[in-house]
Amino acid sequence: MFPSRSNDRLLWILRGSAAISGIVVLFILLYLVLGAWPALRNLGLSRFFFDEGWHPTEDVYNLSPMLLGTLAVSFGAVALATPLGIGAAVFCNSYAPAPVASLYRGMIALMAGIPSVIYGFWGLVTFVPLVARFVPHGQNLFAGCVILALMILPTIALIADASIARASKEYQQSSAALGLDRWRTLRRVVIPAAGSGITAGIFLAAARAIGETMAVIMVTGNVVRVPDELFQPTRTLTANIALEMAYAMGDHRSALFVSGLALFVMTLVLTIVAQFFGKVRSHV
Amino acid sequence: MFESTWRQHFEARLAAATVYLGAFLIAGVFVWIVGGLLESGISKLSFSFLTESPSDAGRAGGIFSIIVSTMLILMVCGLAAVPLGVATALMLAEFQSRNVWFDGFVRRSLDLLAGVPSVVFGLFGQAFFAKTLGLGFSILTGGLTLACMVLPILVRSIEVGMRGVPVDYRLGAAALGLTRVGALRRVVFPAAAPAVAMGMVLGLARATAETAALIFTSGYVDRLPESLLDSGRALSVHIYDLTMNVPGGSENAAASALVLLLMLLAMNGLAFFLGKHGLGRGVVSS
Amino acid sequence: MPHLCSRDFIRPLLLLVLAFAVSACSRSGSEERRTLVLTGSSTVAPLASEIGKRFESLHPGVRIDVQTGGSSRGINDARQGLAGLGMVSRALGEKEKDLKAYTVARDGVALIVHGDNPINSLSDTEVVSIYQGKIGNWKTVGGMDAAITVVNKAEGRSTLELFLHYFKMKNSEVRPHVVIGDNEQGIKTVSTTKNAIAYVSIGAAEYAVTHGLPIKLLPIAGIPATLATVAEGTFPISRPLNFVSLSEPKGLAKEFIDFARSEAVHDIVRSQYFVPITEQ
Repeated sequence: MFPSRSNDRLLWILRGSAAISGIVVLFILLYLVLGAWPALRNLGLSRFFFDEGWHPTEDVYNLSPMLLGTLAVSFGAVALATPLGIGAAVFCNSYAPAPVASLYRGMIALMAGIPSVIYGFWGLVTFVPLVARFVPHGQNLFAGCVILALMILPTIALIADASIARASKEYQQSSAALGLDRWRTLRRVVIPAAGSGITAGIFLAAARAIGETMAVIMVTGNVVRVPDELFQPTRTLTANIALEMAYAMGDHRSALFVSGLALFVMTLVLTIVAQFFGKVRSHV
Repeated sequence: MFESTWRQHFEARLAAATVYLGAFLIAGVFVWIVGGLLESGISKLSFSFLTESPSDAGRAGGIFSIIVSTMLILMVCGLAAVPLGVATALMLAEFQSRNVWFDGFVRRSLDLLAGVPSVVFGLFGQAFFAKTLGLGFSILTGGLTLACMVLPILVRSIEVGMRGVPVDYRLGAAALGLTRVGALRRVVFPAAAPAVAMGMVLGLARATAETAALIFTSGYVDRLPESLLDSGRALSVHIYDLTMNVPGGSENAAASALVLLLMLLAMNGLAFFLGKHGLGRGVVSS
Repeated sequence: MPHLCSRDFIRPLLLLVLAFAVSACSRSGSEERRTLVLTGSSTVAPLASEIGKRFESLHPGVRIDVQTGGSSRGINDARQGLAGLGMVSRALGEKEKDLKAYTVARDGVALIVHGDNPINSLSDTEVVSIYQGKIGNWKTVGGMDAAITVVNKAEGRSTLELFLHYFKMKNSEVRPHVVIGDNEQGIKTVSTTKNAIAYVSIGAAEYAVTHGLPIKLLPIAGIPATLATVAEGTFPISRPLNFVSLSEPKGLAKEFIDFARSEAVHDIVRSQYFVPITEQ
């Protein structure tokens, strides 16, 4: 559609940049595999699923409770943050007066920048004691979900906000012409149109939830345990790495790289699922 | 399609109430967290806190050297990640159909990269930039590691912004005889500017708040850095050390966190300004 | 404003290359400046950092760079020669006899409970039963009727090893409700959880008590947990804070070790809530 005089040069620059961006993750994967290799070779893969527990200094290496812990905490966080995040985006676009909306956006952007240590600290000294009033041990799965939800909420809200803003710009007038009120415009027109952007935001947030470390360490209790109850402690794979890496040597250290590799595989699965969703949506 | 008006009315009211409630809930928690920081940190916050270097393991003195290190790390991160991110996003958004396999590879890689935990970035940065490339514990190592980390956020949000530019604009530009480069430069990019600015803020904010990746890369030295190859302690690492490792560091940690928030506020203001008055001017008036 | 032609992608790259060059120059220009890098234990790092600052002020042209990452890292880096000296917050083990250790300070490990907890002492067997989950309520040991929140340290931490060694337990026998990393996390957990019990560095705990946090140190085997009893050598769970080196330290490393072990830094050691070495 365009005359193609300077296209080629530009395209090559862009391709080069994109190639670099794409290769970074392979580098990281390579490094993870190199780190994990000694443990995989010495212990074998099955021991990471069937050993009696996780006590590397006593030579047992079962990672599966932490795999489930990561899934549980992330799922809970996404389930809490998604409605709140979309709600915040809708609030900015359709309900709040313009000055309030821009203030609110600023606040959300600030929330995205609060270091995870601060969320964790707030969770530990304020939220956990609150939870502990109702259940015996305040550092648990539930506290982890709530704190993590706060952390990923801005990602969902900001991306949903951008998608909704764009969709409503395109459709608001026509739906107003059809006589739909604000809520029906949102529900029937704008939110479905912004759907793919919002979904992308949710998956980005989910990935962040899976990878979050510092805040989770301070509120989930970090006991290696299958997360079968909401108010019992659990440990995530990231917490496992951060808690023990500094003091780990030999096979223990290498087993922590296996934790990292497990996280990587989880993200891979998430990405594939996300792509499947994207395809389904675009066909509907 | 046409339910009773009463039900429509009720539904709309309920929706509005829910949205307001959610919005207030979020704002409430934000005020709670920041209020707590203000309460314990505001008394320590002063001009000298910004101009003095830390002493007594950070319990006394200020954070001057730490602010300088943080700025340098962010600068390295931005210089490496923003051009790469913008170019990659352009490639994905504007030239997508040329080579499906390559596009798919880049996109999938970036999606994966977004999910790599920050601890792993730290370990990678230490092994690759610090050891293999020989940059050691340095601001350069930290900045480049963060650049890898924020790249997916940057690309994703810029790409979304560019895709949001209506196809009419492009057709119009083509009809006017603009080249593809010209159309990108004059039409698509300005129209996507607010999204690009948002992506940059989101990415750099994430970088500013990052702790785990920096402990392993830019390091722990709280002295004023003399070059990009010196180790320099970032603000978030300082906050982490003061809350988790130094007994009695909490007040200075809170004050440092407030400074961090002010820095973010300034960055947001800049992005907002750019989105409204700089890049976006001329093509779309909103 | 970004114009999307190649020049504008190259400009930042050029800047970056320039930055590389500048830093490279400044590094090669500073080779006559002497630098000592210490890496390792996060417990020792703030102390080493403060000692380093004083050492720098006495010896112009010298830089002491301190990096954290845990005791294992201190040992690894010292072995591989990545650091001039490693920092290790425990005595060296059997497999680590290839390294030389130089103690710069001592520290103890104390049991702590919340300040409102009426318990003032626990026998060793009670502690073991609590940590093994055989006693789950404070009532059993004469306290209030409330479930005990047992706080343990993460695998591999030197305080954990000391604690397990003294109470003759295996970590797999411990039934914790919370697992923590650094001492401050333990103190914050106990000061905000009325029914918790944890063990942390005595120095960190004493600091917290003197600054009004609601925690209480329990005596072990009848000996009060204070820096004074650690200094006397009577407190049963204590540990050395070491600098380690693969070969006999020479030059700057030796000067720094001598300085860190001298009386000139005793005030710094005390200000970081540890026990200076010559006192015992």
